[in-house]
Amino acid sequence: MVPMASSPPLTNHLDILESHAIFILREVAAEGERPVLLFSGGKDSAVLLHLAAKAFAPQQLPFPIMHVDTGQNFEEVLRYRDWAAEHYGARLLIASVQESIDQGRVADPGQLGSRNRLQSVTLLDAITANKFDAAFGGARRDEDKARAKERILSFRDSFGQWDPKAQRPELWNLYQGRVNAGEHLRAFPLSDWTELDIWQYIEREQMELPSIYFAHERQVILRDGMWLAVGPFVEPQPHESVETKVVRFRTVGDANCTGAVLSNAASLSEIVAEVSVANVSERGATRGDDKFSETAMEDRKREGYF
Amino acid sequence: MGASTKDVLRLATIGSVDDGKSTLIGRLLVDTRQLFDDQLDAVAAASERRGVGDLDLSFVTDGLRAEREQGITIDVAYRYAATPTRKFIIADCPGHVQYTRNMATGASTADLALAVVDVAAGLKEQTRRHLCIAALLGVRNLVVAVNKMDRVEWSQSAFRTVADQVAVVSAELGFASCEVIPVSALLGDNVVDRSDASRWYSGPSVLEVLESTRAGDLTITAQGARLPVQWVLRQNGGGRTYAGMVNGGTFHVGDAVTLLPAGIETTISAIHLGGVSRADAYAGLSADIDLAAETDAGRGDMIAASPLPTVTKEFDATVCWFGEKPMEPGQRFRLKHTTRSTPARIIQLDGLIEIENLGVESVERLSINQIGLVKIGCADALVVDEYQVNRATGSFVLVDEVTNATVAAGMIGRPSFL
Ligand SMILES: Nc1nc2c(ncn2[C@@H]2O[C@H](COP(=O)(O)OP(=O)(O)OP(=O)(O)O)[C@@H](O)[C@H]2O)c(=O)[nH]1
Ligand SMILES: [Mg+2]
Repeated sequence: MVPMASSPPLTNHLDILESHAIFILREVAAEGERPVLLFSGGKDSAVLLHLAAKAFAPQQLPFPIMHVDTGQNFEEVLRYRDWAAEHYGARLLIASVQESIDQGRVADPGQLGSRNRLQSVTLLDAITANKFDAAFGGARRDEDKARAKERILSFRDSFGQWDPKAQRPELWNLYQGRVNAGEHLRAFPLSDWTELDIWQYIEREQMELPSIYFAHERQVILRDGMWLAVGPFVEPQPHESVETKVVRFRTVGDANCTGAVLSNAASLSEIVAEVSVANVSERGATRGDDKFSETAMEDRKREGYF
Repeated sequence: MGASTKDVLRLATIGSVDDGKSTLIGRLLVDTRQLFDDQLDAVAAASERRGVGDLDLSFVTDGLRAEREQGITIDVAYRYAATPTRKFIIADCPGHVQYTRNMATGASTADLALAVVDVAAGLKEQTRRHLCIAALLGVRNLVVAVNKMDRVEWSQSAFRTVADQVAVVSAELGFASCEVIPVSALLGDNVVDRSDASRWYSGPSVLEVLESTRAGDLTITAQGARLPVQWVLRQNGGGRTYAGMVNGGTFHVGDAVTLLPAGIETTISAIHLGGVSRADAYAGLSADIDLAAETDAGRGDMIAASPLPTVTKEFDATVCWFGEKPMEPGQRFRLKHTTRSTPARIIQLDGLIEIENLGVESVERLSINQIGLVKIGCADALVVDEYQVNRATGSFVLVDEVTNATVAAGMIGRPSFL
């Protein structure tokens, strides 16, 4: 018996990814008591917020959005964050790493040190304080080999930890997100999207993004093989020379550990063209935080990172 | 490039531990240049540091520390590849019996199973278990890579022996298509390009099959459109819209539909997505549907076109058991089916499927990784189809009421191969 296709299936990859993500957003929002959407102002969380708005239109979002603010952000990204919250009518919460430092929850790495890893503590404290039982994140499986292993609904114990050796089975589209008090879920609706899918979707939907994603002139220094933007969080050392280059950012993280790439891609279509022939991965090109150890992401995730 | 549209093929690797699944996926990705330079460098560096040669291809997907230390896949890795016309979602599954639940996770959404068999070892019980689970899960297309051909000097008779075993099992399990290919994942023969080492083989390479297969279409077997209601959207004017993902067919504005389990007959008055109106909604689309009749439908109800699904509190099912503790008749669980959850009980255990000969053996209880035939009773009525007809409305999971662990994958009805 060879069954016949009874109707044309959905065949466009962006439509398939979009519908799947919307399905996950609705499912977790329906089953969770207190979900939250983690919003950094980067392209992935921008797509996530855009999808959430579609999933619940014409209603308001049935959950707040939350920025874990390291205090070391690009100015353009903060402006975009506030614009996007307003544009999509979302209630914006800010969890501040500086406050965690002030309260002595984490050690101060100093003005120039990376606060990336500290975010986990701030995030988990905010989840506990707000009694969130589910947090949507924009992580994609193509970003890193540990993320490639993670379920779409990822269970976290009462310490916020991820145990990659004991993940729940996740069958079909039956997302099963029950947790006991104190535990929570991370939900990743963009799991199956690649960087190229993200850009193609942004282009299709004609979305706004922080300006730093598009080619612009900037003063940069070359440090550890990365072009870092000179600014309040990156001070040139005596041996480093400041150059003016045309650059753009492929990811948005902290200003002191996110590298720019040399690029003339100033429009969405130019970025799509550039990304589709890239030889170096997004994180490899731009993230200082993952360069040091083979399992940097896995280790951070175990501690409760995004 | 920007405006290009692609279809999506989901595939999962299956087969016994160490037969070369991860190596094959690594080879496929490396030889089609789907890996970025820095990712390839990282795999090479990790291989050197662990003393496993210049480039251990299994490290492309085996990304966890424990996996690399032990040289074994523990959980599914998802990898992506694309041609100008197709996006591949690749689930590289673990082979070890202890991680069968993870293999089922990877295979449950696959259109195609890429089975890997070590030519020297032949079909092991674990290979048969995976083939059986893939068939149960409704994967209809099978590609079998008979691997490590380099170890048997490309012996045609060694290949034929395994290919013949595969053909028998594939026919028993009722796969719609089965392509058997001699390969060396390690060296790359017949993975992307056809190899000179196998002059006696004139068929396609693994990549050629993946690029040309119509497996995605074959997965859709259903007859009638359904929309399990996920969420009720309030319209600004006061109307109500039912949001969910369509499966089983296409809804059009004006279609006669029935709201179940209530049984209210009405028509579709509008379809939208993200506030934009549309004329129809295909399977796989997250859509918002307005009904002509005023109803009080909510999450867990279903909008369905004929032929209608069945409304029932009791049904026969096939379950893959993943719980550490055995399952026994009488036990209670929470059952999740489409968007509805209900308390449920195992009324009867009719037996388990023997992997070796696909017979049914009667048993008192079901242990971890066994496949059982059960009768299930639910507190609330469910709106169901047979799994073989509709994967979305025919599937369910059982959840432990105390730990919230997912302890079983369930399929409504009995497998056709029994
Ligand atoms: N000679 C030879 N060895 C191979 C070939 N393919 C894989 N191997 C070796 O077989 C071993 C197991 O390979 P893996 O790819 O890790 O096997 P797997 O099927 O993914 O194993 P699990 O995921 O743990 O079930 C490794 O040492 C590989 O180098 C091949 O074509 N020829
Ligand atoms: Mg493997």
